[in-house]
Amino acid sequence: MAAERSVAEMRERVVLGEFGVRNVHTTDFPGNYPGYDDAWDPRRFEEEFRVDVVREEDGVLEFDMVGIDAAVANAFRRILLAEFQLKIKCSRNPEAARESSDPNELYFNHKVYSKHMTWVPLGNQADLFPDADFRPVHDDILIALLRPGQEIDVLMHCVKGVGKDHAKFSPVATASYRLLPDITLLQPVEDEAAETLQKCFSPGVIEIQNVKGKKVARVANARLDTFSREVFRHEGLKNLVRLARVRNHYIFTVESTGILPPDVLVTEAIKILMGKCQRFLNELDTVPME
Amino acid sequence: MADSGERKASLEMKTLWHLFFPNLWQVQADGTDGNCVTFMLHDEDHTLGNSLRYMVMKNPDVEFCGYCITHPSESKINFRIQTRGSLPAVEPFRKGLNDLMGVCQHVLDTFEVRLLPEELRGLFVKRG
Repeated sequence: MAAERSVAEMRERVVLGEFGVRNVHTTDFPGNYPGYDDAWDPRRFEEEFRVDVVREEDGVLEFDMVGIDAAVANAFRRILLAEFQLKIKCSRNPEAARESSDPNELYFNHKVYSKHMTWVPLGNQADLFPDADFRPVHDDILIALLRPGQEIDVLMHCVKGVGKDHAKFSPVATASYRLLPDITLLQPVEDEAAETLQKCFSPGVIEIQNVKGKKVARVANARLDTFSREVFRHEGLKNLVRLARVRNHYIFTVESTGILPPDVLVTEAIKILMGKCQRFLNELDTVPME
Repeated sequence: MADSGERKASLEMKTLWHLFFPNLWQVQADGTDGNCVTFMLHDEDHTLGNSLRYMVMKNPDVEFCGYCITHPSESKINFRIQTRGSLPAVEPFRKGLNDLMGVCQHVLDTFEVRLLPEELRGLFVKRG
């Protein structure tokens, strides 16, 4: 019974001890656990997999991806950070500001902003992108200050690149995930100990209930915890709690730089991984020369 | 020992192979029937390497699967598959790629349905 429980723990939880982390690696491969069928089963995956959107704000998306392995979840994150292309296509931005003024009333056009850059279609670009409105995401970035008699007349070239070349090309600001925390109280924690316990975790994680005149600690919302492991510094408490993370529950946060909404970034990342697979499948299917 | 003519022919074969398969080369272990193969995937890194390794390891026919990045300044990975018995290693490789595609498709579908307004979500019943 105890062995069964520890196998389940090994398969489903990453455990944080006072020193180090246990069960970090994925081990549910065929042949590793007698009595488990770990061969890949798409139906089982599709039944168990789910996505919950937690927060959707201007430029930020937080969602839970449950029932997936680190290898795949990490591929999505890596693609978001490194293999994304800007949707702006090669365009020309001439910029000219002639007279300038001292503080704002004296001169005209003495401050050159990013909004002054305009897109000039080259070749058939105007036909290719009829409704295109290519422009900087923020139009109030100061580029230069001018004085009367000075002018700027430049032709700028806009290049589309990939984040792994240079971060400036990436439309993704941050993309990260963490595993869902799982906190278990192994024994009842009461009164003074309960209050100390509450202080060991982030606000809102532990709540104190009044049961028959006693203060009893209860895990209210483990998700809020940041796992400072403060609890392991208290001799009396460290053996009463198990800190773990749910192995297949990913809490993703994706922030956009403003070029594309974050949900589009995620769907595009998934499509890029599919494209990678397709690239090699196509090559496998080319007639071998014999 | 191969004579020089034979060696030249095999060299030409190799050059031709690289023309047809710019992204994927295969190296087979000596004395095996194609059940121990190293695939070289060009322009790939941990992103595909690790996720594909996971999917291939999920296949019970696979005895060993691992990958490495040959050198930090080379953008390619060596992806090794050894199968049990005499199954050609290219089969689990293909299955792994297909399974990973399936995972992505399902994640994409689930994600897109989830982003719809609540009243529209009901139209998409889970496949099963």
